[in-house]
Amino acid sequence: MTAARMQALELVIGYAGRPLSAPIGLELPGNSLTAVLGINGIGKSTLLRTLAGLHKPLAGHVLCNGDDVFAMSAARRARCIAVVLTGRPATGLLDVQTLVGLGRHPWTGRWGRSTADDRLAVDHALQLAGAAHLRLRKVGTCSDGEVQKVLIARALAQDTPVLLLDEPTAFLDLPNRADVVRMLRRIAHGQGKAVLFSTHDLQLALDLCDRLLLLRARQAAWLGTPAEALASGELARAFSSSGVTFDPVAGTHRFLP
Amino acid sequence: MHRGTAWLLLFALAGLVLAVLGLAVGSVQVPLPEVWRALCGLPGGTNAVIVLQVRLPEVLTAMAAGAGLGAAGLMMQTVFHNPLAGPGVLGISSGASMGVALVMLARPLWPALPVAQDLLVMAAALAGALAVLLLITLADRRIGDSATLLILGLMVGYLASALVSVLQAASEAGALKGFVLWGMGSFAAVDARRLPWLWLPVAAGLVLAVSLAKPLNALLIGDENARSMGVDVRRVHRTVIWATGLLAGTITACCGPVAFLGLAVPHLARACMRSVDHRLLMPGTILLGAALALACDLVVRLPWSGGALPLNTVTSLLGAPVVLWILLKGRRWGRG
Repeated sequence: MTAARMQALELVIGYAGRPLSAPIGLELPGNSLTAVLGINGIGKSTLLRTLAGLHKPLAGHVLCNGDDVFAMSAARRARCIAVVLTGRPATGLLDVQTLVGLGRHPWTGRWGRSTADDRLAVDHALQLAGAAHLRLRKVGTCSDGEVQKVLIARALAQDTPVLLLDEPTAFLDLPNRADVVRMLRRIAHGQGKAVLFSTHDLQLALDLCDRLLLLRARQAAWLGTPAEALASGELARAFSSSGVTFDPVAGTHRFLP
Repeated sequence: MHRGTAWLLLFALAGLVLAVLGLAVGSVQVPLPEVWRALCGLPGGTNAVIVLQVRLPEVLTAMAAGAGLGAAGLMMQTVFHNPLAGPGVLGISSGASMGVALVMLARPLWPALPVAQDLLVMAAALAGALAVLLLITLADRRIGDSATLLILGLMVGYLASALVSVLQAASEAGALKGFVLWGMGSFAAVDARRLPWLWLPVAAGLVLAVSLAKPLNALLIGDENARSMGVDVRRVHRTVIWATGLLAGTITACCGPVAFLGLAVPHLARACMRSVDHRLLMPGTILLGAALALACDLVVRLPWSGGALPLNTVTSLLGAPVVLWILLKGRRWGRG
């Protein structure tokens, strides 16, 4: 692991003056894949949007490569942090190649003309995301799994040290979910990026992520490795009311009837 | 040659041919060589006067209206992520109509101004459009959400229409006839001296529209995604609102509420060019809009229609089936 790509300092997230959490301290080094876990409404999406610089925190700071995300220009921020949000793009008329090319937005000039470098970055992103075979398809004709890969490729084309994803495995079938998280792992470890994503897929998070960030009501967030999360019982506590038991040795969980 | 560029050339060529036809065809047929002589400034008698004083302003008006309404429609559809958005949707055309109604119908209430009626109409339409825009800009600062803004625009539109109806009910027959005629739309009402009043604002609006191509492309994948890529979404919204107001306000003042073109032209351009890239689509929409407006104007002026066919009838007859066809042909807008 390398130096911290992204840091959150005493970060309080929330809406309209109402905090969703105790202050969060967080460091995301390069070459790391981190999953954000927590029950619905606990603030996973808000945390991601705040880290991405899209939503102002109630207090505290978010730093990317040491610079305050909310103090930098939008264009500069877009060169530091790429985000994949939930939902399909509103228009299915775009072809995949063009959509991924939009990720070059912070790097192109006023007219958005793409240079050889930009086209190379798009090719590279499509390869990494396993979406190269889709490049000429219209987005509207892609399956949910394919769209997710295309959206990730779009974020990769943005060529940022930090990649944030909001529930990238939602609406996907089991093989596609595993595919996407494995791909994120490859991207984090192969490209030196700090990758953070929110998910409800406990098992995928436990098996494939370097670290887990557990969001808990009225408590500080917990950050540690999957093994630590299981052994210390923190994971079990984060989902304590849900009738799920965790086996800290096997690293699995079971649902009680 | 690139396919998109080919379409641009085709649209431009179609516009040129239709413009020449527009100069030649009408109640008096002017042979093409005489049209050419007139355009070159060579003396040519009555026909030259018809071509230069009557038909050239009408052709240029139609081009400005088609290009401007198309560009405005495309900006609206992208910003509101809604295929049914058009310049009329934000209540801008209704605001302009209200301004015009205040001048044309409530004339007795005004002190006698030493200004020609048509200039007053134009100023009032622009003022009406800008009043609605100001309201919408203020709301946008508070809300910043496309769907809510769209509904707000619709409500403002209804309100303005209701006020116009009240004015209509209270006005005398002569003024009412003038207003109803204006409401049918026409490209023939702008004479040569007034042409810059139409073309300057429209040109400014078109330049704004084309210059927004890059951020508009980013908005295609959603406002939040665009923000994450460094687009100042609110600023783009504001610019689009002002550009649309400039275009729709001026054009409504000069030609009446010819709203159908704004909705249909972007769809047609998209279907032809098979692209949603605004760097191609915006110039395409502008050129196609000009060509289609010229075509509509030509139908209005065909000898057998006797000049009695209102412009809005033609644009609706041409535009409505086209939009229906595009919407029914498949999920072109492609949500699923």
